[in-house]
Amino acid sequence: MIPALIVFAYLSIVLYIGIFAFRRGKESGEDFFLANRGLGQAVFLLSLFGTNMTAFAILGSSGLAYHRGIGVYGLMASSSGLVIPLTIYLIGTRLWALGKRFGHMTQVQFLRDRWECGAIGTFLFAITAGMLIPYIVIAVMGGGHTLETVSAGWVNFEVGGGIVALVVMGYVFFGGMRGTAWVNTFQTVLFLCFGMAAFVLIARGLGGLDQIMDSMVSNPKTSPLLTRERIAPAEFFSYMFIPLSAIMFPHISIMCLTAKKVTHFKKTVIFYPLCIMAIWAPCVYLGVVAASQFPGLKPGETDNVLVQLLTQHTGLLVSGILGAGIMACVMASDSQIMALSTMFTEDIFVYYGGKQRFGDRMQVWTGRAFVVGIALTAYLIGIALKNKAGIFEIAIRFAFSGFAALSPIMIAALFWKRSTKWGALAAAIWVMVAMIGTWVLFEISAPTGPSAGGPPKPFPVFPELGNLFLRTPGNVTVYGFLAVFPMVIGSTLLMIIVSLLTKPPSQATLDKYFPPKGQVRGWAR
Amino acid sequence: MKYLLAIVVLIVALLHQDVWFWKDKTLVLGFLPIGLAYHMGYSVLAALTMWALVRFAWPAEFDEMEPPRP
Repeated sequence: MIPALIVFAYLSIVLYIGIFAFRRGKESGEDFFLANRGLGQAVFLLSLFGTNMTAFAILGSSGLAYHRGIGVYGLMASSSGLVIPLTIYLIGTRLWALGKRFGHMTQVQFLRDRWECGAIGTFLFAITAGMLIPYIVIAVMGGGHTLETVSAGWVNFEVGGGIVALVVMGYVFFGGMRGTAWVNTFQTVLFLCFGMAAFVLIARGLGGLDQIMDSMVSNPKTSPLLTRERIAPAEFFSYMFIPLSAIMFPHISIMCLTAKKVTHFKKTVIFYPLCIMAIWAPCVYLGVVAASQFPGLKPGETDNVLVQLLTQHTGLLVSGILGAGIMACVMASDSQIMALSTMFTEDIFVYYGGKQRFGDRMQVWTGRAFVVGIALTAYLIGIALKNKAGIFEIAIRFAFSGFAALSPIMIAALFWKRSTKWGALAAAIWVMVAMIGTWVLFEISAPTGPSAGGPPKPFPVFPELGNLFLRTPGNVTVYGFLAVFPMVIGSTLLMIIVSLLTKPPSQATLDKYFPPKGQVRGWAR
Repeated sequence: MKYLLAIVVLIVALLHQDVWFWKDKTLVLGFLPIGLAYHMGYSVLAALTMWALVRFAWPAEFDEMEPPRP
């Protein structure tokens, strides 16, 4: 009961932060959706990082490490530590500069202007918005699981998920991007502070980590978890492509537009890998430790092993505070909801004349109405999917791979003068078809499930095609590589080939984004 | 300098594929599996790489966008 009350107190604080931001804000689109492009260094770094640290990172990583071992850190955390700051450095800074100069507030606005396209931009909006929904659903599910565990069942999954959805909806509705950034900053600081405390307290509660590790090494059922035996090399390699998704996630790219100065990006990209390590390393490690404490759990049951460790090995008060810390990361869906609201308002409402007809104030209220709709939809999907699939797997299959495979479109728009809207359309259609195809192959093939004590055994989906499509417990691979690898290669090739075969935008547009040598570059001034 | 840094980034990316620790069960300091310790070190290397990029390859035109100091 006490931990649950602490978590509720925490939820009240974040709701208040959102309302406080509401009082500081103005009723203009730029202020509500982008915090007036005025975030300072610390808030920018912590909110950008917090935006990417979600239920997937905390609950999904420890749940997956429970089954597959310490390699989960290398799979996504260390690769993200290089690829995400690199893409923010190369792409995020350019988007910021172009947004500052031309007033873009979303990716689609930039792409429409860069390639002189309307309907194709709407198509890209539909794809990205569709792929963002699962991310928000994951947060609702994570919130439901966390509240249910922290309150020892007093608050059930459905009510817990509903409370989380309501609170997030509340502070995004009132505070807009400013409220979202402030809450994200508060949450990130909270988690960084208490994450280490959780690690130390759980280690002490377990009687020392040395003994646990020694017993795990000597046990043939758990010793593979201390290595990468349960991860195939081709799969490990494929995961290097997943972090390309980060800059294509609308909430990340929109967040890049909120910095007051371009120099705020400098410290952000340097500290990003260290922040990832500070959060992921304890989560993965404790997920492996949990395998020795709660043996025999199935994939759908391991998303809350971290919370279980907390409640078993720390006092009630500490458990509640740390539960609030976990909730902080679970609730990172706020920026996704904010991004979807911005996209709908700017890419649909404003683009199709809504702002001209109804004015700036109505633009903000349209965004707010969309926040309510998205939160409600995510909650209903989350409840319907309860216990149907692990958090991590949903995220990977539906969002990460798709966004990663869209990254060549953004790279081409920014750096390749000859790229065209038709190349972008071909690449986007390929991504959509590949995602649907992977999902169909996944659904028609029976799951193998984790084999007891050994690595999961993949099997061919179509035996007559050999190892072309292999079914693993959580994925369908192509010759052992995750679908993201051929998806990125395919979208890159289509972007290049179709662009070369079609007509580029007008010279005026090219001069706007790629001025002749000797003149100021498109993203400067 | 930019080309040199591009090669450095490529080498750092390749270092992620540490096949040499794949099945190694060694515990660093008695509690940290060596595969995890390596990748935590890799995260520090990534931060140093980003520092080098910011220090030596920051696009000059970005500095022109900074508002003048009062």
